[in-house]
Amino acid sequence: MLTVENLSAWYGEAQVLREVSLQVAEGEIVTLVGRNGAGKTTLLRCVMGLHARVGGAMSLRGADLTALPPHRRARLGIGWVPDDRGVYATLSVEENLLLPPVTGPEPWSMEEIYAAFPRLKERRRSPGTRLSGGEQQMLAMARVLRTGSRLLLCDEPTEGLAPVIVEQIGDILRQVKDRGVTVLLVEQNVHFAASVADRHYLLAEGRVVDALDNAEVRARQDELLEHLGI
Amino acid sequence: MIEQAFNGLVGGAFYALLALGLAVIFGMLGVVNFAHGAFYMLGAFGAFILLDSFGIGFWAALVIVPVLLGLVGMALERLLIRRLSGLDPLYGFLLTFGLALILQDLVRRQYGVQSQQYARPELLGGTLNLGLFDYPAYQVFVLALSAVVCGAVWLLLTRTKIGMIVRASTEKPELTRALGIDVSRWVTPVFGFGIALAGLAGVLAAPMRAINPLMGGDLIIVVFAVVVIGGLGSVFGSVAAGFLIGLVSALGNLYVPALSQTLVFILMAAVLLWRPAGLFGRQEGLT
Repeated sequence: MLTVENLSAWYGEAQVLREVSLQVAEGEIVTLVGRNGAGKTTLLRCVMGLHARVGGAMSLRGADLTALPPHRRARLGIGWVPDDRGVYATLSVEENLLLPPVTGPEPWSMEEIYAAFPRLKERRRSPGTRLSGGEQQMLAMARVLRTGSRLLLCDEPTEGLAPVIVEQIGDILRQVKDRGVTVLLVEQNVHFAASVADRHYLLAEGRVVDALDNAEVRARQDELLEHLGI
Repeated sequence: MIEQAFNGLVGGAFYALLALGLAVIFGMLGVVNFAHGAFYMLGAFGAFILLDSFGIGFWAALVIVPVLLGLVGMALERLLIRRLSGLDPLYGFLLTFGLALILQDLVRRQYGVQSQQYARPELLGGTLNLGLFDYPAYQVFVLALSAVVCGAVWLLLTRTKIGMIVRASTEKPELTRALGIDVSRWVTPVFGFGIALAGLAGVLAAPMRAINPLMGGDLIIVVFAVVVIGGLGSVFGSVAAGFLIGLVSALGNLYVPALSQTLVFILMAAVLLWRPAGLFGRQEGLT
């Protein structure tokens, strides 16, 4: 589905990604684990085409992404759930959902969205940012589901949220996977990552330093938590 | 006094149309368009030239001039303004201020600094009885048309898909691109639209104000104060502040004539002390 080869990225003089290569197969959930500053968010932004200074290559289902602007990448079926949730204050909840164009063959209908997220239906006329943090996270997820995106880039969807809501987000990710959607997930919560994902890449200082499966994550949980400084 | 208040609202109608265009352009492009007053002046000259050289009257001019100036604005955005993206906003000031001077001087070369006259359209030549007093029909028309246009823009921005895209692109341009919307495609028409509004205000001004190359420069200073009072980038704020400033300066003229020129700026300073983001500033965004 997604192939990243020798991806490097810079902020000014500072190199934040160093020849990162990784692959995500169709229908998989893959997480990027690593400390703050390891380059996880930058990697997602590079895939989305939002980072100006990059080297290397990226392709989606064999189509070269490298030269495409962000909106063209989105239209190929990449859905971004940014780390700040990206909810518009000047758009109502419903407008937030309807803004992005449908890009995939099996988009969620508004009925399905509202059935899955009843709270968004209740608040559909409120400005997006009047929602609570958890509701805004649901909105950001629901928005890319409605487009029918085939690859979701989710940047720390559980950060700062109550356990109940983290649980709900896990349920949504599993539902999404059942529909054959691919997810690349940035996650600090190792326990949560192991509960939803198939595989994991460990990033440190802009490099992929390890590739782990769930059994390895569970076996090395203490070591990982120590590495992450949690 | 009520009549003076009415004068103020008519003056405010011009501020509102100009501030609205400035606000939409600033929101979408992040450019403070110092050439806005020059396009207002070109709108008035456009009406004058159409009548003088081609015998085309007011009603046709009311449509033709804004459309033509809108197209000029779109070309300008494509050729020049677009190149500013990512640069220091100072370059935007320099470019648009320079454009304003060039446009002013081109018109001055052709028509000199003396004011031209433009007759009111026949249909609106008389007065209307507004109950308490008689009032020139043309001024009533200006006020009504401006209110309708501002209301229509408001509905366009808040109730349509296009408005939704403009609001989203204004608030979070990067995210909007990442969600699959080609923001740059919308920038050109939005700039052209803002310029067309300035042109419309210019045509409306032609029959009731002195038409000369400097008419825009004089007015635009006040319009900037209006935009700041309303809240930079706030569409609703700039329209509301436009009418408010018109009213305040007309009444100020009546009661404290000595302050009539400075009252607007005193008000601006007071608003900035009280609410630095303007009356309807960023925290409310485009609504």
